[in-house]
Amino acid sequence: MSTLTVNGVRHTLDIDPSTPLLYALRNQLEMNGAKFGCGMGQCGACTVLLDGQPVFGCLTPVAACEGRQVRTIGGLGSADKPGKLQASFIKHQAAQCGYCIAGMVMRAQSLLEQHPHPTEAQIRTHMEPNLCRCGTHMRIIAAIKEAAEGSKP
Amino acid sequence: MKKKHRIWIGATLAAIAVAAAAAAWVIQPALAPVQAPSPDDFDSASIARGARVVAQGDCMVCHTAAGGSPYAGGLPLRTPFGTIYTTNITPDPATGIGNWSLPAFTRALRHGVARDGHLLYPAFPYIHYTTMSTADIDDAYAYLMTRTPVVARAPDNELLPPLRFRPFLAGWNLLYLRPGPVADDPAQSREWNRGRYLVDGAGHCASCHSALGPIGGERSPAFSGGHIDGWDAPALTALLQAPKPWTRDQLAVYLRHGWSPEHGAAAGPMAPVTHSLAQVSEADTDAIATYIMSLQKPAAAPTIATRSAMAATSVIAKGDPAAAITRPSTGDGGALATKGAALFAGACASCHGVGAAMMSAGGRPSLAFSTAVSSDRPDNLIQIVLNGVPWAHTGQTTFMPPFSASLTDAQIAAVAAYVRSDIGRRPAWNNVERRTADIRKENQQ
Repeated sequence: MSTLTVNGVRHTLDIDPSTPLLYALRNQLEMNGAKFGCGMGQCGACTVLLDGQPVFGCLTPVAACEGRQVRTIGGLGSADKPGKLQASFIKHQAAQCGYCIAGMVMRAQSLLEQHPHPTEAQIRTHMEPNLCRCGTHMRIIAAIKEAAEGSKP
Repeated sequence: MKKKHRIWIGATLAAIAVAAAAAAWVIQPALAPVQAPSPDDFDSASIARGARVVAQGDCMVCHTAAGGSPYAGGLPLRTPFGTIYTTNITPDPATGIGNWSLPAFTRALRHGVARDGHLLYPAFPYIHYTTMSTADIDDAYAYLMTRTPVVARAPDNELLPPLRFRPFLAGWNLLYLRPGPVADDPAQSREWNRGRYLVDGAGHCASCHSALGPIGGERSPAFSGGHIDGWDAPALTALLQAPKPWTRDQLAVYLRHGWSPEHGAAAGPMAPVTHSLAQVSEADTDAIATYIMSLQKPAAAPTIATRSAMAATSVIAKGDPAAAITRPSTGDGGALATKGAALFAGACASCHGVGAAMMSAGGRPSLAFSTAVSSDRPDNLIQIVLNGVPWAHTGQTTFMPPFSASLTDAQIAAVAAYVRSDIGRRPAWNNVERRTADIRKENQQ
C-alpha cells in the first residue's frame, strides 16, 4: 500500500510504488489537471508541487512522495472560484490549446511562493523547463507578472 | 661547531637566493597602456586561427559569468582559499584588456603578470599557457582584441586575508612555473607532440584532472584525478581500467561530441570543455586523444565483478527478460538497493531502462559503462541526479532533467545503491546520503 497526500488530503492506494505520481493522480485519484506530455521530464505538462517545489509528475515515483505534500492545480482553486494566479491566466487569455497550462500555473505558483515579486528575468529563468507549443509565452509571463503585482510588496 | 656554522651559512645563502629569485618575480614593471586596437589592425586569418586557439584554451568557460556577455568575466571560481572572480578579457580599455599591448598579453600568459605589473592568481592557468607558441599567443590576442568590448568590472575576490597580498604568489611561481615552450620529443610522433602541446598547454587538462596540493599546486603524477566544482575529474591515466577500456578513437569522438556511444555523455565541468573542443580541428582532438592514451597505466585483468557486468549487460542488451540480477540480499545494502530499484523504475527507467526508446534511439550505452557509476566515489552520480544535465544549446544535445526537488537525500542514496550494485556490479559506496546532503549545500554556495 502506498500513501499519497494531495492538496492536504491523505489517500491510501493499492499501487506499485514505482508508479509515476502523474499516473496515480490521473488514473487512481482522477485528478486530471496535470497532463502527460513527453513522459521524460522534457516538457513540463505534468508539473505539480512536491513539498512546495515543482517536479515532473511523470518522473516522480509514488514511492518518492511518501510522507511529503503533493499539490496540484486543483488545490489552487476551481473553475467557479479560481485562485489568484489562475484568474490572472484567464484574464490574460494565457491558454491557447491549454495543454501546458496546468503545469505552467504550478511552476509559476512555486516561484511566487518563494519570490513574491520576481523580476522578468527571474520569471523567464524559472519557467524555462515548461514548454508551450502554441506560443503563448508572452501572455504567460504577463499573467505571472500581474499576479505578482497584485500582492503587497 | 665549524660544521654547524657552515650549515647556517649555507642555509642563509640559500634563503637569500630564494628571496632574490622571488623578488625578481615580485618586481614586475607595468607595461605601458596602448590605444585599444581597431579590428582593422589584425589579419583576418590570424583572428580565425585565434578563435581555434581560444577554443583550445577554453577561455570562454571561465571568463563568462552565468547569463553574462562572452569573455566579460565575473564567474566566481570557488577554491579552498576563497572565491576568485574571473576578469573581463574583452577589449574594453577601462574594465577589460583593451589597453593591453601584445607584449603585456604575452607576459600574462607566460608569466602570470597583469599589464600593470600585479601578479595573477594561479586559478588563471598560466603555468600551462606559458608553453603555448608565440604564434598561437599572437593569434589568441588578435581574436580577443576583436571581440565586442563590454564594460564589466569583476566583483572583488573573497580570499583569505594573507592571500590578498599578491607578492606571495612569487614564491608559488618559483615552485610551479617553468616559463616558456617545451621542445618536441623527437622520439614521439608528430601527432603525439601536438597532443602533448595541446593537453599541457592551452588545454590545461591537468588543472582539473590532477590533485591539488596544500597551496593549490598540481600534484604529481599529473592526471591522477582531481576534484573541481563539487565534481570528480577522473584520472586520465586509468582509461584502460574502465568497465569498457577506452580506445583512442572513442576518446577523440567523446572530446569532439561530448558523448561517446560506448561510454556515455560528458557532464558537469567537462560538458563546456567538449563544447569548446567541438570548434577545434579534428586533427587536434585526435592528437589530444593520442597523447592521453599514451599516458595509460596497463589494463588490470578483468575482475570477476567486471566480467559478470559485461556478461549481464550483453544479455540485457539482447533484451533477455530472464537476465536475472542478483544483489546482496542481506544487510542494509540489499534493502537500500531494493528501495532504489522501485525509485529507479519510476524516475529513471523511462530513459535509462533496458527497453526505453531513448536507449535504442540514441544508441546509448548501459549505465554500467558510465564513469559516474564505476567511479570509486559517488560524487558525480549524485551531481547528475541532483542537477541533471541542463540544455546546453539549441541543437542536438545531451539532456537530463534535475531530480533535486523530487528525490530526497535518502532516496538518491537508494537509487545510487541500486545503480551501483545491480547495474554497475560494483561494491557499494558508503555514506551516500550524507554526501548528497553535503553536495546539495556546496551547490547552493
